[in-house]
Amino acid sequence: MTAAPATPVPTTAALALGDDALVLSHRLGEWAGHAPVLEEEVALANIALDLLGQARVLLSMVGDEDELAYLREERSFRNLQLVEQPNGDFAHTIARQLYFSTYQHLLYTELAAGDGQFAGLAAKAVKEVAYHRDHAEQWTLRLGDGTDASRERMQRATAALWRFTGEMFQPVEGLDVDLSALEAAWLEAVGGVLRRATLTVPEGPRSGAWTAGAGRQGVHTESFGRMLAEMQHLHRSHPGASW
Amino acid sequence: MVTATGTTALEAELLGIAGSVPDPELPALTLRELGVVRAVHLRAADSVEVELTPTYTGCPALETMSLDIERALHAHGMREVEVRTVLVPAWSTDDITDEGRRKLREFGIAPPRTRAAAGPVPLSLGPTRIADDGPETGSAPSRALDADPVHCPHCGSPDTELLSRFSSTACKALRRCLACREPFDHFKEL
Repeated sequence: MTAAPATPVPTTAALALGDDALVLSHRLGEWAGHAPVLEEEVALANIALDLLGQARVLLSMVGDEDELAYLREERSFRNLQLVEQPNGDFAHTIARQLYFSTYQHLLYTELAAGDGQFAGLAAKAVKEVAYHRDHAEQWTLRLGDGTDASRERMQRATAALWRFTGEMFQPVEGLDVDLSALEAAWLEAVGGVLRRATLTVPEGPRSGAWTAGAGRQGVHTESFGRMLAEMQHLHRSHPGASW
Repeated sequence: MVTATGTTALEAELLGIAGSVPDPELPALTLRELGVVRAVHLRAADSVEVELTPTYTGCPALETMSLDIERALHAHGMREVEVRTVLVPAWSTDDITDEGRRKLREFGIAPPRTRAAAGPVPLSLGPTRIADDGPETGSAPSRALDADPVHCPHCGSPDTELLSRFSSTACKALRRCLACREPFDHFKEL
C-alpha cells in the first residue's frame, strides 16, 4: 500500500505488529452475524477493519501482503498468543480487547513519538486505537459493574486471559521502546479499569514457567491452526481469486 | 509557469480535477472537501502522480477513490496516472473544509467538531453510561471537545445522546436527538 521506505525495515517487528493486527482482525470478524446486538456487531466489525488496515500497511513493509497473510504456515506467524484466543463469550472478547487495545495504544503512542519506521503508521493508528480502547473500557465497566451474571462472566474472562498478557512485554527485535515502562503503564491502566468495574485484578502469573507466550517465536495455541485454516482456505483453494 | 510554492498551473488544475471527484461513500462531498487529496506532481507532459491519504488506515473506499481519480485525470488527457497512498502526516477530521462540514450537515450527518487549542484539560472519571463522547483514553485535545455538544443535523438541537461509538462506517458514531428523536450519524473526531 505504501511506497518502499528508504531505510531497511525491521522485519521482525513489522511481522509481529502486523500479525497481531491481522489475527485479531480475523477473530473479531468472526462475530459478524453473532454479536449480541446490532450496534455491537457493527462496532466489532469496524474495529476489525481498522486492524486489517494496519495489518496491510505493516505486512506490506515486509513483502506481499496477500502472500504473507494467506500462504504462511502457522509457525511463521509472529502474533501474540493473546490475539489468537477464541472469541469465547462476549466477556472473553471484551477482556481480550481491553488487554490488547491498552497495550497497542500505549505502544503506538510511544512509536508515534519516535522517528523510527513505524512512526507514520503509529501516528495514524493510535487515533483509531484510542476508540478501540475506549470501547473495551466502557464494556468492561458495564459488564463488571452490571448484573451478577455479567460480573461473574467478566471476572472469569479477565482471569482466563491474564496468563497471556506477559508476552506483550517480551523484547522484539527492531521495536525500540522501553518495555518495562510500557508494562508498568499497562498494569496501572488495566488495573484501574478493572477496579472501577468492581472486578478483582487477576493475581496469577503473567510470565515465566507455566504461563503462555511464545507466539513471537512462532509457537501458537491449538485453536490458531483452525483459525488459519479458515482464514487461508479460500486463497489457497483459488489462488489469485478476487472480487 | 511555476508559482511560489513550486506548483505549476497545470498541476493546480489537475489537483482541482482530482479534488472534484465525489467521495464514494459520502457522495455529497468531494475529495478536496474531505481533505484527502494531498498533492499532484507532474512527472512528464502526460504523466502524473497523485498523493492520496486515507481517512482511516483500513478505509475500504480508498481503492475506489484511486480508480475514480485515475478515470478523471485520464479523461483530462493524462496518459499515465499513479495514485500513491501517503500516511504522513496523519489525516484529521480538522482537514475537512468548512464547505465539507456544511454539506455533511445537509446530508444528515453531524460534522466532526474542530479541536480547540491543545492544553491541560480536566479529566473526569467515573460515569459508566455512554453519554460521553470521544475516547476517554484519547489525546488531551479530544477532551476539549466535551464542552462543545454535537448538534442534531435535522433540528439543530444540542441535546443529543450517544447510541454507539461505531456506526455505518468506522468514521462515524451513531447518536440520537433527544429533541426530535431522530437517530443520526456523527462524523467522529479523529
